[in-house]
Amino acid sequence: MIPISIEDKLSVNKYDIDREVHIGIREDICKTCEGRYCLFACPAGCFKLMGEHVTFSYEGCLECGSCQIVCDKGAVEWNLPRAGFGICYQYG
Amino acid sequence: MKQRFDAVVVGAGPAGCACGYTLAKAGLEVLVVERGKFAGAKNMWGGVFYGPTLNQLFPQFWQEAPVERYVARHRFSLLTPDACLSAEFTTKKFTQPPYNGFTALRSKFDRWFASKVEQAGAIVATGLQVDDLLWDGNQITGIKAGGDELPASVVVACDGVNSVLAGKAGLRSKLQPRDMKLGIKEVIQLPRQLIEQRFNLVGDEGIAWEFIGSFSRGLPGGAFIYSNKESLSVGIAVQLSALTENQIKANDLLEEFKQHPAVADLLAEGKLVEYSAHLIPVSGMAMMPTLYTNGLLVAGDAAALILGTGLTLEGANFAVASGIAAAETVIRAKQAGDFSKKSLSYYPELLRESFVLKDLETFRKAPHFLENLRIYSLYPELACDLAEKVFTNDGTPRKKTWELFRQAMDGRVSLWQIARDLMQVKGAI
Repeated sequence: MIPISIEDKLSVNKYDIDREVHIGIREDICKTCEGRYCLFACPAGCFKLMGEHVTFSYEGCLECGSCQIVCDKGAVEWNLPRAGFGICYQYG
Repeated sequence: MKQRFDAVVVGAGPAGCACGYTLAKAGLEVLVVERGKFAGAKNMWGGVFYGPTLNQLFPQFWQEAPVERYVARHRFSLLTPDACLSAEFTTKKFTQPPYNGFTALRSKFDRWFASKVEQAGAIVATGLQVDDLLWDGNQITGIKAGGDELPASVVVACDGVNSVLAGKAGLRSKLQPRDMKLGIKEVIQLPRQLIEQRFNLVGDEGIAWEFIGSFSRGLPGGAFIYSNKESLSVGIAVQLSALTENQIKANDLLEEFKQHPAVADLLAEGKLVEYSAHLIPVSGMAMMPTLYTNGLLVAGDAAALILGTGLTLEGANFAVASGIAAAETVIRAKQAGDFSKKSLSYYPELLRESFVLKDLETFRKAPHFLENLRIYSLYPELACDLAEKVFTNDGTPRKKTWELFRQAMDGRVSLWQIARDLMQVKGAI
């Protein structure tokens, strides 16, 4: 099999995407962080480095909780998506 | 819904369903709350579970539960970039009822389990998120969910590894990356016939195949292939802190694993149908939250009831058993009319009497042992090198195996170090 990118993998999943963002980043804390563990921990590649800033896109989130646990600065404001939204596993 | 429930169970996974089912069977008023659109919508696992505990709840469950295959072959392999050294265990016993292990997919399996809970008389409310706990002084008296207050004599938190409720009740501290494995998995569709040919399976036989070695680049973790009826569950589980500290993404390791010569052909022509991820709390007793307080019990992954011994990583059985123990505690508390901490302290007693806390106690040192990095790179390399030397016929005079072993070890590890690691094996697993 040819290596598949995370984006392509997420594209086969079923999501009910909310308009409301469920995870936030506290910019003021985030910009003081050097470790940037979120970039490597997130299995869905939701955290990306854009220039100096870490940006977050919630649509592909698999709701695993890794980002909040690895962020030792406490910059990730982690919540589950609202009931009925987010990832909806068809296999699991 | 202004009625007062005997129990509100939060989470319709194996722990919550086992708890809700046991409570409903005993005639209690039970509400099971699940945030997913259906039970299983938010859940994933590697894919193998062991039957005995579930068999107690539902004798011969495999006849009606949506299991994929029974595990007839247990295979374990060590990988280097080019080589693969395997051991396989089969026994006729595992191919006959009551079997031993099964592969299953959560979306179907949890839905089935939740339907059994409903049939037993509980209300299962899906698509409902718990916002908060209700308190009366220091007694938990129900939940707030979807804007409603739902009073109950007791709340059972079966809300998984990131348990929001155990956090809100003040029973656990912040989760640590060192205590977690990040599991990611692909479900790869393949025709039934191809699966059976490639893995040498007959009928409903399945394989549970675990790997350690080069693909994890020395990080503590392993990979797996489990056969379903018409798909394979292929994934890895790697220590979360090791990923971030080494700036490695789990998905890159999974791709590396899938490209391995011993693996790639088995997946050929497969079609990816799902990519999932989940955290596994692996530090056992060392990370266990307080299991109960006034009006609340914690079960399953929320209580970090996972057993990792190196050869197995098992949670579903522990979830089911802890859910049943929580239910038995609630039934007893209702008879006594007392849902205080003191009354609910029966719960850990039950867990200590069963395999749940006994196993975790027996393998208390295993999580630390499994952080020994030599397990994931050096020893697989040594074993494969030795095997290659033993099997290579290059026309030169042969050496004794012991000499080959010393040659393979040369400069990489001392006999003394191996002896010390073996002593650790003895103490830990």
